Amino acid sequence: MSAGWVVAIVLAIGAVAYFFAAQRARVQRDSTDRAKEVPHSLPTYHGWLAFIFATVPALLVFLVVSSVSSGLLEGRIRTEVATHIADPAAASLSIGMVHNTSNALGQLGLSGANVPASYAALRDMATSAGISLAESGEDYMVPLAASVNADAGVHKLIGQGLTLLLALAGAAFSYSRIRLRLRARNQVERVVLWSLLAASTVAVLTTVGIILSMLGETIHFFSDVNPLTFFFGTVWDPRFAAAGSGGSEGQFGLIPLLMGTLYIALVSMLFAVPVGLMAAVYMGEYASNRVRSTVKPLLELLAGIPTIVYGIFAVVTLGPFFRDLSAALAGGFSFIQAQSVLTAGIVMGVMLIPVVSSLSDDVITAVPRAMRDGSLALGATRSETIRKVILPAALPGIVGALLLTASRAIGETMIVVLAAGVAARINFNPFEAMTTITVKIVNQLTGDLEFNSPQTLVAFALGLTLFTLTLGMNVYALYIVRKYREQYE
Amino acid sequence: MTDAALPHATVTTGASTRRDFGLKRRHAAEFRFRLYGIVAIIIGLGFLAILLVSIVGKGYTAFVQTAITVPVEFSASIIDKDNERATNPRVLVSANYPIIARNAVAKALGVSTDDKAAMREIAKFVSDGSRSMLRDIVVADPSVIGTTRNVTLLAAADIDSANKGQIDLTVPQDKRKVSDLQVGWLEQLKQEGAISTPFNWGLITFGASSRPETAGLGVALVGSLYMMAIVLLCALPIGVAASIYLEEFAKKNRFTDFIEVNINNLAAVPSIVFGLLGLAVFINFFGMPRSAPIVGGLVLTLMTLPTIIIATRAALRSVPPSIRSAALGIGASKMQMVFDHVLPLATPGILTGTIIGLARALGETAPLLLIGMVAFVADRPTTPLDPATALPVQIYMWANEAERAFVERTSGAIIVLLLFLALMNLAAILLRRRFERRW
Repeated sequence: MSAGWVVAIVLAIGAVAYFFAAQRARVQRDSTDRAKEVPHSLPTYHGWLAFIFATVPALLVFLVVSSVSSGLLEGRIRTEVATHIADPAAASLSIGMVHNTSNALGQLGLSGANVPASYAALRDMATSAGISLAESGEDYMVPLAASVNADAGVHKLIGQGLTLLLALAGAAFSYSRIRLRLRARNQVERVVLWSLLAASTVAVLTTVGIILSMLGETIHFFSDVNPLTFFFGTVWDPRFAAAGSGGSEGQFGLIPLLMGTLYIALVSMLFAVPVGLMAAVYMGEYASNRVRSTVKPLLELLAGIPTIVYGIFAVVTLGPFFRDLSAALAGGFSFIQAQSVLTAGIVMGVMLIPVVSSLSDDVITAVPRAMRDGSLALGATRSETIRKVILPAALPGIVGALLLTASRAIGETMIVVLAAGVAARINFNPFEAMTTITVKIVNQLTGDLEFNSPQTLVAFALGLTLFTLTLGMNVYALYIVRKYREQYE
Repeated sequence: MTDAALPHATVTTGASTRRDFGLKRRHAAEFRFRLYGIVAIIIGLGFLAILLVSIVGKGYTAFVQTAITVPVEFSASIIDKDNERATNPRVLVSANYPIIARNAVAKALGVSTDDKAAMREIAKFVSDGSRSMLRDIVVADPSVIGTTRNVTLLAAADIDSANKGQIDLTVPQDKRKVSDLQVGWLEQLKQEGAISTPFNWGLITFGASSRPETAGLGVALVGSLYMMAIVLLCALPIGVAASIYLEEFAKKNRFTDFIEVNINNLAAVPSIVFGLLGLAVFINFFGMPRSAPIVGGLVLTLMTLPTIIIATRAALRSVPPSIRSAALGIGASKMQMVFDHVLPLATPGILTGTIIGLARALGETAPLLLIGMVAFVADRPTTPLDPATALPVQIYMWANEAERAFVERTSGAIIVLLLFLALMNLAAILLRRRFERRW
């Protein structure tokens, strides 16, 4: 019986419990004289209470037993393998092979006396059944895998039996408890409130998960590579570590990637900020209602287009266009490469236009009407009012908005993966390719790489750097925006 | 009086020249400023137009596919020459179907099957996908063996490009992918009416393939569908529950503030970081399978959650306090007030926010690359635990292919993706129009 079936059966028991409990409460309510005794809760609350009693403890126990069982078995495999192989890196490979072996035994339906004596014999049986097994397995793995399978079967039986028993017991207990004056509604509501609270902590758990997982892998990475050479190194040359090759030494310098990231973000901001800001100002101050109601949604379409589409646009249309244009201008020699900082920056800038304009629109409309009217009444033209009164008043908010936009530009991935190139170098010519932190995270983690090599772990160090950078910018931007908003409220 | 008025008049003239603070210059500045605004809007809309035109212009041809309808002779001597299909059905699966397809085309063109050079060209004329096509026909109905039937075969990708006029025929023969002989055949078959360009259903049904003409979005669409279902099933309940707690029940304290700061920050975390989280937590820690829609769905759930929470809280806040007071006033508990009165009224707003969040999740690529959804998957997944790709990831993979015909398919796939996004956004807008209430 699989885990899905157990959960389904428990839920079915809960549903039955709901029905009978509600029915019993209804019968009790109808058979008593309301003048003497008033029921406390509606019958449906008694039903829900029974459902909760039947399902919640049972499913919790199921979860605990399953995870304890897999932890125990994993520990057994680990100690057993350690007696055969001392080297931890090789041991992790062997642990994986034991897992595969036990899966294969399970799929072939082999247990007890049926289990073949040697790994080679098992491998032949598996291959003829269409299951692939690694070639280099050893004979001790087969009995180990078989006994792990047997234990897993026992644990499963205990867990499932306990779960179903608990579900029935919970249902019976709550059914027997039903009384007119039972405060069923309050109990149900307390459970609901706790689950609402639990749901709202998912966001916190996600943040904690991000930080812990990346911090763990980063510390792991820094045990191989000196943090100073990572943060201040100017050469990025990670080399290639294929699975099982043992990992060759590489150089992991963050500086070229950081420069590329910031440079491309700068180009995109140089494009997006004037365009986005002027578009917002024009739509807020000059455009008629009709123009605004058509232009604004159209500009916002730019924000709804997936970034992969922008990336393809850069590669297929804009990059070749710039290359051919520069070739035509320079008479044959194209000084703009197809993948360049300029192409990536401009396409990212297009993506950021609606971000800049909607953020600065919010900020501009937050400037009090009286300041605008005062300036106009003194005889200033509209553009003078905007440039000399509104924009200075909105400046802190706009700076906050720009910080938020810049953090979007730094964390953007697909456009730079496709349009910026993979060459990690320090270079200030915007017409040549540079690469970014996000590009390297993708490069290091796609393909068949051995997970515990510095070549893959560096991606987590890069990710943590990126996370810290954008988090800092966001927090500071939100702080500025909030502080500024309070000024006028 | 005139004497008195005269000096006064001169003074006025003098004053008016003095008071003209460069009005002309200022108005010119005003005009320029307006112009900058208009130019900015034109740049934005211009890029939108160029983007859409270039994508649609490159991609619309992907929706039709050149096909060749020829009489195919299912000769028993090729398929099953030892006549053992009754005892060994595998011969039908492993028979040499490409030869049958080649012979059929050669016959239609009047080319002798002994002409080795011409047969090589014919091999490049018909898609390799005809193998599985003919095999499926024979396996489904073995009685066709020995008969001749009209079958519509796919043309090879280069022939398809040539038929759509995407290959420049003026360049010398050895510098393009289609030979003059093949172009001649194409014209010949066209005149015989054997060439047709039907709607390319393969684009949305086939799985991954290294041959453009048999590559499709089938696996990617199923994968994306699974992921959207998982996001909807996980993110909607959790998001709504979290919003209800924060908006209706949470006391104003440190812990609540902490949760709110977390949600706001998660909304701005780069999406690729969620991919790293998925790789480290779901795949390495919990041991979930790589490339599976379930992991992708969970990662996208975490990414979409802040969007849904922010939209739901706005929707809950827009329900007026009078509704709450009325419910409480007639004796409802706070929980009953929220679930029976506030939540139903906030539903349209919640659904609108959810659809917009789903649309963002559908177009997201970067985190999926990290959890191994960049995979060559030929068979459609049956459960969310099987390997699959996603629509935007498939676009990314095709963009990295070198062949001409994949450029067309990349843009075609983008059109499919944009159509889905447009439909979802339209649904959100209609929902808002239909159910929005002003209190």
